[in-house]
Amino acid sequence: MYNIPPQETPANDPTIIPDQKNIIDQVIAENKDRPGAMMVVLNELQTKIGYISRPMEHYIAKHLNMPVGSVHGVVTFYSFFTTKPRGKHTIKFCMGTACYVGGTPQLIDKAKQLLGIDVGDTTPDGEVTLEVCRCVGACSQAPVVVVDDEVQGRLRPNKFPQVLNKINRPQE
Amino acid sequence: MAFFRSHVLVCVDPECLAKGAHAMLDALQDELVSQGLIDEIQVLETSRIGSCADGPEMMVYPEGIHYVGVTEDDIPYLVEEHFLKGRVVPKFQKSIVAVVDEELGPAKPKEVRVVLRNCGQIDPENIEDYIAEDGYAALAKVLGDMQPEQVIDEVTRSGLRGRGGAGFSTGKKWQFCRNSAGTPKYIICNADEGDPGAFMNRRVLEGDPHSVLEGMIIAGYAIGANWGYVYCRAEYPLAVRTLNLAIRQARDLGLLGENIMGTNYSFDIEVRQGAGAFVCGEETALIASIEGKRGEPRPRPPFPAVQGVWGKPTNNNNVETYANIPQIILKGADWFASMGTEKSKGTKTFAIGGDVNHTGLIEVPLGITLREVIYDVAGGIKDNKPFKAVQIGGPMGGCLPEKYLDEKIDYESLNAAGAMMGSGGMIIMDDETCMVDIARFFMDFTQDESCGKCTPCRVGTRRILEMLQRICDGEGEPGDIEKLEELCQQVQQNSLCGLGQGAPNPVVSTLKQFRSEYEAHIYEKRCPAKVCRKLIHYSILEGPCTGCTVCARNCPVNAISGERRHLHVIDPDICIRCGICKQVCNFNAVAVS
Repeated sequence: MYNIPPQETPANDPTIIPDQKNIIDQVIAENKDRPGAMMVVLNELQTKIGYISRPMEHYIAKHLNMPVGSVHGVVTFYSFFTTKPRGKHTIKFCMGTACYVGGTPQLIDKAKQLLGIDVGDTTPDGEVTLEVCRCVGACSQAPVVVVDDEVQGRLRPNKFPQVLNKINRPQE
Repeated sequence: MAFFRSHVLVCVDPECLAKGAHAMLDALQDELVSQGLIDEIQVLETSRIGSCADGPEMMVYPEGIHYVGVTEDDIPYLVEEHFLKGRVVPKFQKSIVAVVDEELGPAKPKEVRVVLRNCGQIDPENIEDYIAEDGYAALAKVLGDMQPEQVIDEVTRSGLRGRGGAGFSTGKKWQFCRNSAGTPKYIICNADEGDPGAFMNRRVLEGDPHSVLEGMIIAGYAIGANWGYVYCRAEYPLAVRTLNLAIRQARDLGLLGENIMGTNYSFDIEVRQGAGAFVCGEETALIASIEGKRGEPRPRPPFPAVQGVWGKPTNNNNVETYANIPQIILKGADWFASMGTEKSKGTKTFAIGGDVNHTGLIEVPLGITLREVIYDVAGGIKDNKPFKAVQIGGPMGGCLPEKYLDEKIDYESLNAAGAMMGSGGMIIMDDETCMVDIARFFMDFTQDESCGKCTPCRVGTRRILEMLQRICDGEGEPGDIEKLEELCQQVQQNSLCGLGQGAPNPVVSTLKQFRSEYEAHIYEKRCPAKVCRKLIHYSILEGPCTGCTVCARNCPVNAISGERRHLHVIDPDICIRCGICKQVCNFNAVAVS
């Protein structure tokens, strides 16, 4: 019943990596008795592991005693949960109204040109992921990008290479 | 307790962090250590102090000196001058008056701060700072002298209405929940502030978390609940951290937990994090999310006051609503009701964004006009450009043109004008904004955030978006406007929750107020504001172009060619009309037509 689908490769199955399995077990053990545990567990795992893959969904379902479908339903409902591993660095473009009006689309064009990838994708070397996000609440700094956890505001397309330099990203 | 001769409050608002507040903070700590001052001067982190627009800022007490634009390189000089030699450094000084005066001073004359009164003035990570500002005095009054019914009566008489947008009377809501059969009862604080361009709640949670906690405890006492949840969105990690810290501190002092203040009333609060779903701001979806399910709304009734979280009576209010409660209890319902209009009492916070001189957060008494907010409080339109529209109420709100500028800001007037109070986002737009594009932007947002449970919203928002996209692309057909109107009406009337019912509002209001722009797109294939990419052309003017090559180097698709010091040319077939060349050109040589 909880068999891992054959097409899944070990690369996205942290439950077979001892260190990561320990983290997952610990998160589940700490929270499984709370009412509404699933959101709490998934939030913690998204932060600590970085993604929630299909094998993880199966593992969580088994240990929270829930149908896999319910876990999958929740994981795919919320945009904060990702099913694929992200790059080492994440660049998020704020798509709030002020940033949109202030030039986020132009920034995205520039980023696509420099990195050669689309929004939502990760560079082939696994270094940088491009994402768009909802308003981060720094509207007077529009347009804003969030590089890893750092907010950078008033960004113009011609300054974008500096953002990449900061995370030591060689440009293509 | 250690004695410090001086306290330095450094703003760690995301906006200041964006300008290097972290590096400055580290440098300040290091410099104080190396100068041997670390035992005399305490460095504290706080939320926004001023406008944040001028760079990392700090406040030095007891002098009450406000420094702005301080970078890490300036720290050694600043520490030497101010803390060693005792001389104020005028270069960074913003104003010598205390913060209170600066915030209420001539710059923003029409503000009244109730909810934001402590933000930036106290250390949000220290409960003693809050208590020194009459914090938890309202709770003591409630637990000591008041019956639950009296509390509800006081809140009802104050005229406070839900600050989340719908504007239902808070006192009545509490009464319903109190009257509901079933135990236990729950309190929820909705901190899932998802509207793009709104950040009032984040500021309160990060700057004054205890006022929200105190409001929740009082609500819990009034309703008869013993457990509360704060549902905070995942995009606000600092708010979650501050809240958790505040909850721990309140527990340590016996203000939360068993037998609060030695009475037989017990109440505790837990923070639950969202995961990036806008619809979870809707109360039934929020409750589903707390229960660990997909955040999908359900039909009401039963209302949460009857059947909420875990099927039990639940009272759900917004952050700002709870933050108002302690003040109402302390100063009385009459004081609160003295502000505002006949039906809309008190103050409201707004996040001002867009093309005005002073963006940021304001708190104004209800009943103020839009013109006063835009021109007096926010300092008018940037570069003296003409005002075009104000978008108020978030993605469910509407765009109001100039003729509504003298409209009062209260729940009824805004609804009548075709907008809504919403949670308080206000985006002001000048004449370079295309209203069709704005409607498309909001539709794109709501379409993406539609949870998919009911068909009118799931399919309807998608179809509206497709139509708007076609119009923006110059492929609009005669009859599209009428089709849009009909579809919008269907979605408004038949959707399950507020998200679907409100989703078409930006389209409806722009259709009503800016119909000519839609017509220009459809019949003349022209974008009057020169925004919609498929309807505009970029070209380089021969006179001003100096051949500096900046545009060619910045073009993402290499559509610009030309020799250095000679006129450059844009190839319209390659050009994607991103406008980067116009932004980077120093000689205004790029024209749009």
